[in-house]
Amino acid sequence: MTAQLEIRHVSKVFGGVQAVNRVTFDVNQGELVSVIGPNGAGKTTVLNMISGFHHPDLGSIVFEGTDITGRAPSRIATLGVGRTFQNIALFRGMTVLDNLMLGRHVHMKTGVLAGMLYAGRTRREEVEHRRVVEDVIDFLEIEPLRKRVVGALPFGLQKRVELGRALAAHPKILLLDEPMGGMNVEEKEDMARFVLDVNDEWGTTVVLVEHDMGVVMDISQRVVVMDLGETIAEGTPVDVKANPLVIKAYLGGKTGAKTWAGRRGTGDRIDASTARRA
Amino acid sequence: MINRESGVYQTTYEGDMALYTLPLARATALAAVALLVLLPLPLWSAGNEHWMSIVNTIVLSAIGAIGLNILVGYTGQISIGHGGFMAAGAYAAAILSSRYDMPFLVGVAAGGVVAMLVGTFFGIPSLRIKGLYLAIATLAAQLIIEWTINHVTWIGGGAQSTIYVQNPTILGVEFDNEFRRYYLLLPFFLLAYFGALNLVRSRVGRAFIAVRDRDIAAEIIGVDIFKYKLLAFAVSSFYAGVAGALYTYYLRIANYEQFTLIVSIQFLAMIIIGGLGSVIGSVLGAIFIKLLPIVLDLTVVGVSENVFGVPYARVADFLANFQLVVFGGLIILFLAIEPQGLARMWFNVKRYFRLWPFSY
Repeated sequence: MTAQLEIRHVSKVFGGVQAVNRVTFDVNQGELVSVIGPNGAGKTTVLNMISGFHHPDLGSIVFEGTDITGRAPSRIATLGVGRTFQNIALFRGMTVLDNLMLGRHVHMKTGVLAGMLYAGRTRREEVEHRRVVEDVIDFLEIEPLRKRVVGALPFGLQKRVELGRALAAHPKILLLDEPMGGMNVEEKEDMARFVLDVNDEWGTTVVLVEHDMGVVMDISQRVVVMDLGETIAEGTPVDVKANPLVIKAYLGGKTGAKTWAGRRGTGDRIDASTARRA
Repeated sequence: MINRESGVYQTTYEGDMALYTLPLARATALAAVALLVLLPLPLWSAGNEHWMSIVNTIVLSAIGAIGLNILVGYTGQISIGHGGFMAAGAYAAAILSSRYDMPFLVGVAAGGVVAMLVGTFFGIPSLRIKGLYLAIATLAAQLIIEWTINHVTWIGGGAQSTIYVQNPTILGVEFDNEFRRYYLLLPFFLLAYFGALNLVRSRVGRAFIAVRDRDIAAEIIGVDIFKYKLLAFAVSSFYAGVAGALYTYYLRIANYEQFTLIVSIQFLAMIIIGGLGSVIGSVLGAIFIKLLPIVLDLTVVGVSENVFGVPYARVADFLANFQLVVFGGLIILFLAIEPQGLARMWFNVKRYFRLWPFSY
């Protein structure tokens, strides 16, 4: 079986910095995969390359059999790739409802003239998509916030609305960049529950970038560990936790920055798919 | 319009998403339209064509201002070329009607389409640049259009770049006085107004606002920002073209001096004072900018003649400058009091009366 998302040897250099170096991993349909790693490991850059904000210098990204390397973000979104950002990127002046309705953008058809007339077909389309949006509002338990302006909401709820906007599009794969960053314990628990439910009930594939190890180890089926732009381990949470390279990357040790070239040769890979690239 | 939602419960999404969700708001909107339809009657019975002509210029400006607000206020793309796009529509209509004997409606439609093409073309720089840089690029558009009209005889019509047109006629009715012309312009205004209101609450309008608020987020949900920027230029300059064409038929003359850089800036002033990102704000802004100089004139003349006993002729020179100073001062004053414009003031008044007289 081919994976839903295949990331093959992607590299990205910013100025003189090798942000991502020949990263390869697969994400299968319906999986909940976490990408973890210390700050500056290149996790967000990988997400940005999947969603098209950065184009890889080398390598390819294939989503459901379509090569999406170098495509514009809006076209990648149309294929069913949803995304949230580390520093919330909502439309702050708009209501929660309008933000979520914008999430339906790719599924709607109304053009300029039909919009100006707002006649039968447009009206029906708006109502039909409002229903979908209401399901998402219901799912995320934000009913009372419907008509509130997003910019005035507390941080945790804004994160939830951003997840809602991504969900409203009914994505096939959801890329979440630190959805729990800056949250308190209750908010984290809520968010973890939503992510799990989306994965379970909707069958949406989830790629999660997160710093909270407790959450990551709890909810992920598979974990990809990155350090200094490379994948250093991949496997189930239990395996990854026991991996000496991971422990070193997080806690420090003899394998500091200058020896990561050496690490590449150790062959200490948990998953066959990462071993292949060597 | 007026909002008093207490006791009104929406039970369908359709009801909740209507343009005017409350019965009272619907009623006031209808009343406002009825008022607009009946507006000329008192002026007509008084035979006051001068004030009717002022109303007509306001209506024309409002159409142009709504168009500019779609581009600047809703999509966040600054344009100082709006006057130029109006000129494109004006000359297209004038050429068709004077040289090819095309009927009025064809002229207006062609004016809109020609301006739309010109505006979209000059909107292409917006794909690469934004903010002040885009402002300068559209300034270039304004100057190029002015130059073209003045130097290409086929377009400008030669001497002084002036083309005369006949009074518009529809089904044998000639619109030959200010009152009739008002009824000619009013349907266009209503179409422009409600069309814009509908547009900004539907898919395309939401995408416009998304591009303005956060272009990265817009892209991630699948809004092609290049497409929507150009679309905003197209819609906006279509409005400008229709306004320009109507202006031509209204004045029975197409003249580039009606559409200079100053006019472009005046339109920007209208939407900034009226309220960026507000359809009714565009209209309020047009009323403000067009009416204020006239009201100032009348006040100064009235005061000097009646209070100081000085005849108008002796203050005429002073008046011209005084008017400009006060005009500028008032613009600054209004913006200082309410930076979000007249639309915001209107909104605040509405909000106050929501619970009136028991506002607790």
